[in-house]
Amino acid sequence: MESNLLSILIWLPILAGVLILGTGGDERAPLARKLALGFSIVVLILSLPLWSGFDTTTAEMQFIERAPWIHSFNVWYSLGIDGISMPLILLTTALTVIVVIAGWEVIQERVAQYMAAFLIMEGVMIGVFSALDAVLFYVFWEAMLIPMFLIIGIWGGPNRIYATIKFFLYTLLGSLLMLVAFLYLYNKSDGSFSILDFHDLKIGLNAQILIFLAFFTAFAVKVPMFPVHTWLPDAHVEAPTGGSVILAAIMLKMGGYGFLRFNMPITPDASHELAWFMITLSLIAIVYIALVALVQGDMKKLIAYSSISHMGFVTLGMFVFNSQGLEGAMMQMISHGFISGALFLCVGVLYDRLHSREIKTYSGVATPMPVFAAFMVLFAMANSGLPGTSGFVGEFLVIMGSFQVNAWFAIIAALTLIFGAAYTLWMIKRVVYGAVVSDDVAALKDVNQREILFLGLLAAMVLVVGIWPNPILEVMHATIDNLLQHTQISKLP
Amino acid sequence: MKTIYLAIPMVCLIASIVAGLFGKKIGRKGAHTVTIGGVAIAFILSMVVYLDVRQGNLFNGALYNWAISGGVAMQIGFLIDQLTATMMVVVTFVSLMVHIYTIGYMHDDPGYQRFFCYISLFTFAMLMLVMSNNFLQLFFGWEAVGLVSYLLIGFWYEKDTAIFANMKAFLVNRVGDFGFLLGLAAVLYVFGSLDYATVFSAADGAQDQTLISIFGEWNWITVICLLLFVGAMGKSAQVPLHVWLPDSMEGPTPISALIHAATMVTAGIFLVARMSPLFELSETALSVVLVIGATTAIFMALIGLVQNDIKRVVAYSTLSQLGYMTVALGVSAYEVAIFHLGTHAFFKALLFLGAGSVIIAMHHEQDMRKMGGLRAIMPITYVTCFIGSLALAGIPPFAGFFSKDAIIESVHFSDIWGSSYAYIAVVLGVFVTAFYSFRLMFMTFHGNNRADDHTRQHLDESPAVVTWPLILLAIPSVIAGFLFFEPVLSGSYFGDSIYVKPEHDVVAALYEVYHGKHGVGLIFTAILHGMMAPPFWLALAGIGFAWYCYCKNTELPGKIYNALGPISRIVENKYGFDEFYQKVFSGGSLALGRFLSKHADAGLIDGIIVNGTARTVRMFSGMMREGQTGKTFHYAFAIIIGLFALVTIFVWAR
Repeated sequence: MESNLLSILIWLPILAGVLILGTGGDERAPLARKLALGFSIVVLILSLPLWSGFDTTTAEMQFIERAPWIHSFNVWYSLGIDGISMPLILLTTALTVIVVIAGWEVIQERVAQYMAAFLIMEGVMIGVFSALDAVLFYVFWEAMLIPMFLIIGIWGGPNRIYATIKFFLYTLLGSLLMLVAFLYLYNKSDGSFSILDFHDLKIGLNAQILIFLAFFTAFAVKVPMFPVHTWLPDAHVEAPTGGSVILAAIMLKMGGYGFLRFNMPITPDASHELAWFMITLSLIAIVYIALVALVQGDMKKLIAYSSISHMGFVTLGMFVFNSQGLEGAMMQMISHGFISGALFLCVGVLYDRLHSREIKTYSGVATPMPVFAAFMVLFAMANSGLPGTSGFVGEFLVIMGSFQVNAWFAIIAALTLIFGAAYTLWMIKRVVYGAVVSDDVAALKDVNQREILFLGLLAAMVLVVGIWPNPILEVMHATIDNLLQHTQISKLP
Repeated sequence: MKTIYLAIPMVCLIASIVAGLFGKKIGRKGAHTVTIGGVAIAFILSMVVYLDVRQGNLFNGALYNWAISGGVAMQIGFLIDQLTATMMVVVTFVSLMVHIYTIGYMHDDPGYQRFFCYISLFTFAMLMLVMSNNFLQLFFGWEAVGLVSYLLIGFWYEKDTAIFANMKAFLVNRVGDFGFLLGLAAVLYVFGSLDYATVFSAADGAQDQTLISIFGEWNWITVICLLLFVGAMGKSAQVPLHVWLPDSMEGPTPISALIHAATMVTAGIFLVARMSPLFELSETALSVVLVIGATTAIFMALIGLVQNDIKRVVAYSTLSQLGYMTVALGVSAYEVAIFHLGTHAFFKALLFLGAGSVIIAMHHEQDMRKMGGLRAIMPITYVTCFIGSLALAGIPPFAGFFSKDAIIESVHFSDIWGSSYAYIAVVLGVFVTAFYSFRLMFMTFHGNNRADDHTRQHLDESPAVVTWPLILLAIPSVIAGFLFFEPVLSGSYFGDSIYVKPEHDVVAALYEVYHGKHGVGLIFTAILHGMMAPPFWLALAGIGFAWYCYCKNTELPGKIYNALGPISRIVENKYGFDEFYQKVFSGGSLALGRFLSKHADAGLIDGIIVNGTARTVRMFSGMMREGQTGKTFHYAFAIIIGLFALVTIFVWAR
């Protein structure tokens, strides 16, 4: 099928970002906001045909585009999506709209630059999810860091420089090893950078393990997996709300996406060899990080740790090698995008009013802000994996899938039922419920229409996906089955 | 009929959404009209379904595919059989009574609409739970009722005790759900399906599959049953997961009646009855169920003796009665367990609402030591509560007598491991039950009024919206035994919805005994038989002793309390479960979390590895920088030294 939809989805927001930069200083801020909203909505609408025109019966790449880029190295501008990347692209386009709305009044300085950064980042992230050429992927992957670096560095909190440098070095270190792996695979494949060609390579076990570890370094940092997770809480705490949302909702998914696109199909034997390692790290993340989350006094840190713990389900689900595990991992990624995004927005709503993220500043928020309280309790429940919300689907499928492999994996993972509820509800108890702690809290204004809009949209997504996840699962069946087959065929020469 | 099935939970959900989202617009009257209307329709339709089921029209079908993954279809669907229909009627009837009662009880509360929104949502969730035709939807309903319970216990969210209690309830239930979810995973692993019909029909064939683990070799069916029962223990508040239920009394009284007495807490009982085709295959699991139930029945009843808060007495009584139901499950008398579930729902909801009526009259005073003599002022509340207490104590011919007597006799007939212990527990429990229920009656309604002057002047019978539900609940508390005793015992009532292995069938044995005797009707045989058996006399003794202690010789209870010394204190401390959990589990997790956060995350990973790397790099670069002084003679000196060194090496190397 001939189409250049993916190119439009990548370049339209980037061009729009440049255009918004051109609106100049803050005296033109209203125009910048309107342009950003308009373009993000247009991109969202344009992305919908990816869903409606998607052929769920095939695992082949769809919406393919291919043009020569760097001839001498056989590098192609090659795009395409399958059942793994398509839902993540829609997640990106949907959340960008929400982030633009969320930054509407809150950002008063360098508005044009702020909005532009998010739009440019949207384009680049869609590029990451749709690139089928390793060099193109690498370019998008690294390019994505720049707007996020700026967002945290310019609009961030007081300790933002430490956080940005930590974030940057952590992720850069990981991705350099990925580049080395790409170069090895380029040689091995007699001069191809096509990711799909990589999938068919025969590679010896030792080389596979090295390649696996190189990719692992890149993606584990992004996910983030224990023990390379410590950049995330710092980055979240310092990032402005919008930055946190995109970081948690989409950037973390790049890591999970990387495992599915590179590690599992290119190095299936190493994946099986090292499954114990991945599963161990995932289970540590689920339990250890949950315990760490329990004692955080900063709401953003708590949610950041909760993210890491939830992402443990993603990597656990992948490395049990069955369809429930893998589909659960995908569902967990999508759902986590909504829920963590929503929770960071909730903290943002409070932060905008009282300029504190400390739990102990708040108590009794429900009294002055009943509508907000209802939203926050809903998202908290979703975060604790309550059935009927999207948070349940992924965890449930991953637990079911891992039980098939080893009951102990499921038993340890299911502890999240208790710990996840404990840290989330304890925060709710101390922030939302209780007697009103101070005059500042008593004087809080409930959410306005703009805030109701973005929280309501996310609430609707959380509930719809929780009540009827099957449409999303149907999209990925063929791709996941194909991926599973890939992991079952040995790639040893 | 399928439309009707769907309509029953949906009207409750829609009513709840309307009351929740448009509460301000439609006002208080609008909110209660919509939700009561919804539940009333649900009740009427449930009766229609019930009568239809009694005609033999059963249903099992899916509504939609919730998710398909790995070839397993996880569906949302309904199974309508005798068990479901009974539960539907009980749930919607009690819910309707509680809805009406709430108009009076929550009259002055600012959260009026929110309350109606929650209880309608609860009714929806509970209906989805009992109507489910698969394990997954059961878990959905299970967690959803838990959510509403959380919201309602913490309804007065400014109260510290309330928000502590609701979090505790949710977390303790989550411990149960941990088992439940793993049970689901085990079912999926062994049977490859989450559908009741598929699983139950394959259960026989799966009997010999075993799991070999570090804990030895286990039968899969036993593992599944035990895991599911952990879930049931959480929801039905069985020892040691019972600690949340007494604290749940922080919620408004109507929900104590609806959720924490009549319906939600019986979900665990329902679960085991529903899973009878699985539990029947594992005597190990049945024995565990039996012992846990018996322990709950007697030890929780004892705590009821020393409580002074009127609601807490009823709460411990609920715990103990749930223990009775669990005992019935353990001896394979599932029908009797559900029978007791039904009668208990009526008389316990009645007692809670009666207690609530007293609490309104006393201006939200719950301490029985400040009550007394209310019988003259609140005659309707008094009479209905008296009926409820007689039913609870198991005095014939009230409903509780039939169901409780059937449990005790079933245990008597059973020879499963643990049944002798259980028999002693349930028989002794009868005395304790009668004593604490009538202690409550005498302290509240008899004797002198001990309230302060202000309260006493305003004492009055509650309004009609409160007393009518009491009366309507008192009726089945009297007659339910007559109506259902014989069909339940004969096995005709539940039909195939419950499966019992012939060698476990104590109910059939009981039916034989009653049926063959005296030549009069089964009911009268049972009453005659009951009046000659020890439990009846123990109940009478309990009532008499309560009368003596609280009407005649009021010094005596204090003396007994002091004479028993340490035992009294152990009971009063609820055997120390709360402190233990608080210290070990809550304190332990927090301490571990703090340790890991400080030493592992911030200390080791960030401090030593990440920032340590940065420091090392900085240190080396600092050392290197020392050499880069920028002074020409330093460099010249270094060049000369270097030249010397090179020349020396070249010369020596020759």
